[in-house]
Amino acid sequence: MDGIHDMGGMQGWGTVLIEPEEPVFAEPWHARTFALGLASMGVSGTNLDAFRHSLERLHPLDYLSDGYYGRWLSCAEQLLVDSGILAPGAVEARARRLRGDKVDEPADVEECKPQYERGGAGSLRTIDVPPMFAVGQSVRAKTFRKPGHTRLPAYIRGHAGEISAIRPAAVLPDSTAHFVGEDVQHVYTVEFTSSELWGDEVETSKLFIDLFESYLEVL
Amino acid sequence: MTNQPHPQDRPSPELRVEALETLLVERGLVKSEMLDGFIDRYANDVGPMNGARVVAKAWVDPDYHQRLIESGTEAINELGFSGPQGEHIVVVENSPTVHNVVVCTLCSCYPWPVLGLPPNWYKDPAYRSRIVREPRTLLAEMGLDLAPDVQIQVWDSSAENRYFVLPMRPEGTEDFSEEKLASLVTRDAMVGVGIVTVA
Repeated sequence: MDGIHDMGGMQGWGTVLIEPEEPVFAEPWHARTFALGLASMGVSGTNLDAFRHSLERLHPLDYLSDGYYGRWLSCAEQLLVDSGILAPGAVEARARRLRGDKVDEPADVEECKPQYERGGAGSLRTIDVPPMFAVGQSVRAKTFRKPGHTRLPAYIRGHAGEISAIRPAAVLPDSTAHFVGEDVQHVYTVEFTSSELWGDEVETSKLFIDLFESYLEVL
Repeated sequence: MTNQPHPQDRPSPELRVEALETLLVERGLVKSEMLDGFIDRYANDVGPMNGARVVAKAWVDPDYHQRLIESGTEAINELGFSGPQGEHIVVVENSPTVHNVVVCTLCSCYPWPVLGLPPNWYKDPAYRSRIVREPRTLLAEMGLDLAPDVQIQVWDSSAENRYFVLPMRPEGTEDFSEEKLASLVTRDAMVGVGIVTVA
């Protein structure tokens, strides 16, 4: 989906400050959220790609204002609600009770974890079909703009690059995030020039990005 | 799909995370001790000191250096570093003419086994948006002025490969021990927004 999360090349942001001696977790609730975020994927029967897609589905204003662990917290809750582990509004009601509000908690709902076949742990897989593209070959990133999850960023779409490396095959996030199967594909590191991506008016650099086979077409 | 921003009077994240944990513990779905374990691991045991050991070893051991460049994941595993966000780690090496820098424009993917959890600046929209488009300008703003003849290579971690920068060994460290070398190596140098210097 085209959303606020897809930030590559977006303009209007200011500078970046490196905070010296930054703690790993600035607040105790960040640490708790980190651990619960990791646990939520297993408990909800979902996966990392679904977690990332749930980040993308946050309202853009919340995405920006909640911060990194604020986003994680909302997404952990969303995955658990989507899977019927928690009723919609259960976390909110319990939090309100914790602060002293007199509110009722919703009744439990029926569990509905996603059902789909997995080929193993993690994301990397082996695949029998040979890679469609070879190192050094010129390719173009497709221009699709679909509503669901994808790892083909907007700033790459439609641009021409060159295959730089063939990486281990992996499950396709566009499929696993929606629990429709793993759709294992070859993954390529593709090199793009700055002039191809941004025109000749910008500084010169090279950009390397990992793209799934179905994101690419022969140039 | 959330189609409204959350209401202003929503309970604080502190209360919401406590509520979430309590609800899951009551249902027997998580144990608080397990969560404590995750937190302790990433607060204390997994961090840039791991990556620094990899870099220092590569600087003093040519065979290890070669293995690290050819198959980063296995070479890093040799030192006991593996785990989530480290399924396939690719090491990219800086040279006098090439400087590498890593980003994840779509979220904040980061090589946890060697660097731990990402710092705030790595997750900042300004970093995620600008480093792919104007890396030289942004690196200079962040304190790294690269010579005009140094080519910049930006790695956007959009799949499950994780990128790790092998910085250049600073001059004047020829007689440093591996341990002393490791103490010089910073997180920022291993992401590519800094270089290693002798303090």
